[in-house]
Amino acid sequence: MHVPADYYLRILPELVLTATAVLIMLIEGGARLGSRAALSGTVALIGTAAALASVAVQSAHRGEAFSGMFRVDGFSLFFHGLIIAATLIVLLLSIGYLRAQRLQRGEFYALLLFATVGMCLMAGSVELIMVFIGLEISSICSYALCGFWRASARSSEAALKYLLLGSFATAFFLYGIALTYGASGSTNLYVIARSLSDVLAGHGSLILVAAALMFVGLAFKVSAAPFQVWTPDVYEGAPVAVTAFMSAGPKAATFAVFLRIFYVALGRYSHTWFWMIWVAAILSMCLGNLGALRQTNMKRMLAYSSIAHAGYVLVAFAALGEHGISAAMFYLACYVAMNLGAFAVISNLAQQNERFIDLHDYAGLGFRFPLQSVCLTICMLSLIGIPLTGGFLGKLFIFKAAFQNHLVGLAIVGLLNSALAAYYYLRVIAFLYMRPATVEVSQPQRSLSMNVAMVACAVGVLWLGIAPNSLLNFVVHSAGALTGR
Amino acid sequence: MIPLSYYLILSVLLFCLGVAGFLLKTDVISIFISIELMLNGVNLSFVAFSHFLKQINGNIFVFFVMVVAAAEAAVGLAIIVSVVRNRHTLSIDKISLMRD
Repeated sequence: MHVPADYYLRILPELVLTATAVLIMLIEGGARLGSRAALSGTVALIGTAAALASVAVQSAHRGEAFSGMFRVDGFSLFFHGLIIAATLIVLLLSIGYLRAQRLQRGEFYALLLFATVGMCLMAGSVELIMVFIGLEISSICSYALCGFWRASARSSEAALKYLLLGSFATAFFLYGIALTYGASGSTNLYVIARSLSDVLAGHGSLILVAAALMFVGLAFKVSAAPFQVWTPDVYEGAPVAVTAFMSAGPKAATFAVFLRIFYVALGRYSHTWFWMIWVAAILSMCLGNLGALRQTNMKRMLAYSSIAHAGYVLVAFAALGEHGISAAMFYLACYVAMNLGAFAVISNLAQQNERFIDLHDYAGLGFRFPLQSVCLTICMLSLIGIPLTGGFLGKLFIFKAAFQNHLVGLAIVGLLNSALAAYYYLRVIAFLYMRPATVEVSQPQRSLSMNVAMVACAVGVLWLGIAPNSLLNFVVHSAGALTGR
Repeated sequence: MIPLSYYLILSVLLFCLGVAGFLLKTDVISIFISIELMLNGVNLSFVAFSHFLKQINGNIFVFFVMVVAAAEAAVGLAIIVSVVRNRHTLSIDKISLMRD
């Protein structure tokens, strides 16, 4: 069978990432102890940067690949770029973090890159089985990463919880795929859309059940309520660098799959699945923000906050149509930047054995560690949604889309929740600058890569808030491409 | 010929047994086996649909699912070993350290 060279160019980022990850595993096996962790970190950075550059090659070769299983369009390019950029930031912060924790082992980087391959496949595939395999590649690597700190009981407990609940949710997702296959005779999203449009009315209930099952699986992965119970425990137990990773890339990739399946394949049935999204959006926002109010552990607080942010994205999801899709995409970009920035600071301040992870440890740090504090402050302001930050514009577009589609109730609940959330984000800033220090926090390890990660996220948040035009245009175009068919 | 609905009912039963096992069992290994049971329930409906649609695709998907399940089991058992080393128990009720 002849495979055109274009096909390989269309999956070039995946190929580069896979090759790099395999190379890292070979280095781990062959190189002498001591030098190899630094070497694998450098190789991982170079490989990820090359993958990010190869997204440009990909964008010059739009179209389908491998019998219509993979598709390069604006939508998948956006998510490829976002996911790989997120991995790049996570790599930068984990190089310093692993050194501080004395966990320097190359497998970490290999697992991270393999997980990224899975997420990129999710972003680009238009075939349910491919989506499933991409989801599992990224999930299985995340399970292993969660338990990477093997000496810690919390880390392995987090890995176990994530593994058990994650595979449970995957089984639901897979059952949804099986029923969709039975109802439509195909697993290609565009073929499903075509065959469902002229199928008998009797299949309606089967499709509804399939949509509900897939919704359960995907809502779990984006930690949307009522499937969010695992999130606080897993985020708290996992090493900070892994928590940062899980809160960014997998969430964006799963939302990409979510949007593609529900808008492309099940677009005609939007009146049936719309209510699931609506309920999940309200529950996620309320449960996430109410849960975060009580937390003093920074990781746990951001875990609840990530549930709430999944709720905001679901509001955009429920606002059917192009406005909703583009708002969700833009918000995900902002969310990844601000959340990674916050986690970069937390991982820098945590130090060995994650000693300083509580809010009270942050009291009075504002003037002692200016760089970290300024970056954390910018990210917190963006998470609240203060103007001039990406978070503000992202929320603005989401609620605008909701109002345009007459989802007034949903938009009002969202706005009230944003006000509620301001309390616990502002509390962090107040602790940084207005409280006297109560705990003697030692000087965090100087790490150039961590500083780069923090500053890059803070600059990204401000860039998205001040000059978002080019990204917005791209997002609107690619959202149109998704609904166009 | 056995009608399609029989297969689908069996598949739902297997899946629900798996769900029940997942929710009711407290032993980590039994929970893990329950998940495998759920996946096999799904596999059965894939094969049944494939047979009745007269396509080969569904059968191929089952192979993918089996491979993924095997990979999941490999990582899962490693994680279970690491939990047992840290906590010396397999009971899900005794493992939980993190609470609100």
